[in-house]
Amino acid sequence: MKHLRSIDELGRDGLVRLLDLTNHMVEVNRRPVPKVPALRGRTVVSLFFEDSTRTRLSFETAAKRLSADTMTFSVSTSSVNKGESLRDTVETITDMGVDAFVVRHKSTGIPWQISNWTNASVVNAGDGWHQHPTQALVDCFTVREALGKERFDGLTITIVGDIKHSRVARSNVTAFNMLGAKVVLVAPPTLLPPDVSHWPVEVSYKLDDVLESTDILYMLRLQSERMSQGHVPNLREYAESYGLDAARVAKLPPHAVIMHPGPMNRGVEMLIDPSSLPNSLIHRQVANGVSVRMAVLFDLLAGESSAANLAQVAS
Amino acid sequence: MTKQATTGNASQRTVLKGGTVVDSRGERTADVAIEDGLVVEVGSSLSGSRNVDVSGCVVAPGFVDLHAHLREPGKEEAETIETGSRAGAKGGYTALVAMPNTDPAQDSVAVIDFVREQGKRAGLVDVVPSGCITLGRKGEALAPMAELAAAGVRIFTDDGNGVQDELLMRRAMEYGKGLGVTLAQHCEVSSLTKGAVMNECQCCTSLGLPGWPSIAEELMVFRDIELARLTGARVHFLHLSTARSVELVRAAKRDGLPVTAEVTPHHLSLDETKLATFDTVFKVNPPLRSPNDIAALREGLRDGTIDALATDHAPHPRRDKELALDQAPPGMLGLETALGVALSVLNVDLTHLVRVMSINPARIAGISDRHGRDVQPGAPANLVVFDPNATWQVEPEHLASKSRNTPFVGMKLRGKVRHTVFDGEFTVFEGDAQR
Repeated sequence: MKHLRSIDELGRDGLVRLLDLTNHMVEVNRRPVPKVPALRGRTVVSLFFEDSTRTRLSFETAAKRLSADTMTFSVSTSSVNKGESLRDTVETITDMGVDAFVVRHKSTGIPWQISNWTNASVVNAGDGWHQHPTQALVDCFTVREALGKERFDGLTITIVGDIKHSRVARSNVTAFNMLGAKVVLVAPPTLLPPDVSHWPVEVSYKLDDVLESTDILYMLRLQSERMSQGHVPNLREYAESYGLDAARVAKLPPHAVIMHPGPMNRGVEMLIDPSSLPNSLIHRQVANGVSVRMAVLFDLLAGESSAANLAQVAS
Repeated sequence: MTKQATTGNASQRTVLKGGTVVDSRGERTADVAIEDGLVVEVGSSLSGSRNVDVSGCVVAPGFVDLHAHLREPGKEEAETIETGSRAGAKGGYTALVAMPNTDPAQDSVAVIDFVREQGKRAGLVDVVPSGCITLGRKGEALAPMAELAAAGVRIFTDDGNGVQDELLMRRAMEYGKGLGVTLAQHCEVSSLTKGAVMNECQCCTSLGLPGWPSIAEELMVFRDIELARLTGARVHFLHLSTARSVELVRAAKRDGLPVTAEVTPHHLSLDETKLATFDTVFKVNPPLRSPNDIAALREGLRDGTIDALATDHAPHPRRDKELALDQAPPGMLGLETALGVALSVLNVDLTHLVRVMSINPARIAGISDRHGRDVQPGAPANLVVFDPNATWQVEPEHLASKSRNTPFVGMKLRGKVRHTVFDGEFTVFEGDAQR
């Protein structure tokens, strides 16, 4: 695998391979000294044009635990502010000798454009509304870990919220589907993509109608600017219809689990203190972020010697 | 410029020998003699001081593009009137209507005169400036249309923007009717296309790209048809892109309204799925649409609902097209590939091709005195000679345009311009620009 840009590109086999590899990384992270020399001498640069806490920190931690060198590119202090183009920026960094770019950008397609300008690997850490493949890997791994199942056949995963503008939803719908789950999307029609009828999902406009048949409830963040764009009249109305409160939690089957990719909007989609949720996987999602991203970087960068390196990781 | 066609001697008689002459009267084999900038004789066994064998080729009135962005003044990094004229000549054009979204915009006599003079200085095609409908193309107040009309402007448009305000458009039509000019509309209800990158479709749903819905075009086509019905003004629809737009124009023409329409080569040949490559060269406004729209546009052009093939030639420098999809400017090159795309994808006879690429656009632009005329003695020698069967591959580095943003890179096209004659002189000879 040269790049990780979308779940489609990764494919089902790639998805399963990375999830399996993540098990080894979890084991590494349990050691007293959670560090292995697998990527010694490799350089990973994180190129974040959008704010991020979890994704950027977990990638950097992942790289360091694999002994890769890391560079952090900060837009606010870079020559981008002097008008340097993205291409020139990428070519400049490439000239310094890097092995992977971890990229987040507000525009769809940037990881594909960057991969035309560098021979390094490109990892998509979120592009516009399009894809966030490592989040999907984190979520699939977290479900696997929580339910002890490798396949998701028979599971109903309900994704609630702003599907239209969500790269997490686009990656997760594909990934959950590849593993056999039934996916239900819940949102007002204004927050659904214009032609969702072609997606392998069921759609509901009413959260209360689908809670009883939900095994995994996946809440998405509603960005407050959606209100000013007229997608919803106001946040109160959204919270009433789609927010998770105690009454809705009570309607879920007892075995159901709750997920959220963060950051949460308390008082909007999350009307209940998440620490009081009986079956929340939200902390597991964050915790697994490092292991999953170690697996991704290892898979992309360990290269020819990956089998030997894997032994090293597992030892 | 390896092969030099000498044209310096004014009294020289050039004969295009053995070609198929195609004009409004159909096809026939004939030699065409040119002298002093005019067609002087059409017949058999003609000879001159210079004889050019054009057997196997079509000899037709030079192409007229209703829609060329020549970028001068203001964005000479992308194109100049000279480089755009040369690209036009290589594409078989003898006249280009220059779109007004220059900087400053073509909303004053000074800018109109400048554009026309630069066109004359280049001397490769007739550069026909269009005028803005509104000052600065801002959609707020009418441009001095009467002054511009007095300076020779026959076609008015805010291209790049549609005129959003209904009252202002009504006024423009009423005023334009009094001046006998044509109003050309870029149909886009902008509130429906904010931030749009590509057609609103299944593909944009998956790519997470903001969609440009067909209805944003169709609403304005409908509105302007009804305003034309109300005011009696002549209205031309620029770059139609949807099946429903074609239906609306077809119905308007059935009602006898004075409306005309154009379609671009790219909307006839490329569909929305091209955007899945994230290559900004495929970003264009209006966006590439569905196969269903493409079929309807081809049928509209075939049955006469759509009058003209127009390029919407929109050069952009490399650095602009290397921006993200949502940041990159829309637009693609068209002048040098229009004939090849048309012959490759359209199933029309040569007479109809000449009608939509020369005769009709010349009429809509108000330049039928010099362009789109039948090939007969007395007509200005503005001619194209093309081989309808020659195939060639589009190589950006061989384009005359200053920019390289062609969506047809590497594509094999059928139909190649061999010579272009402008005012009796070869601007292009054996495919090479002469100046």
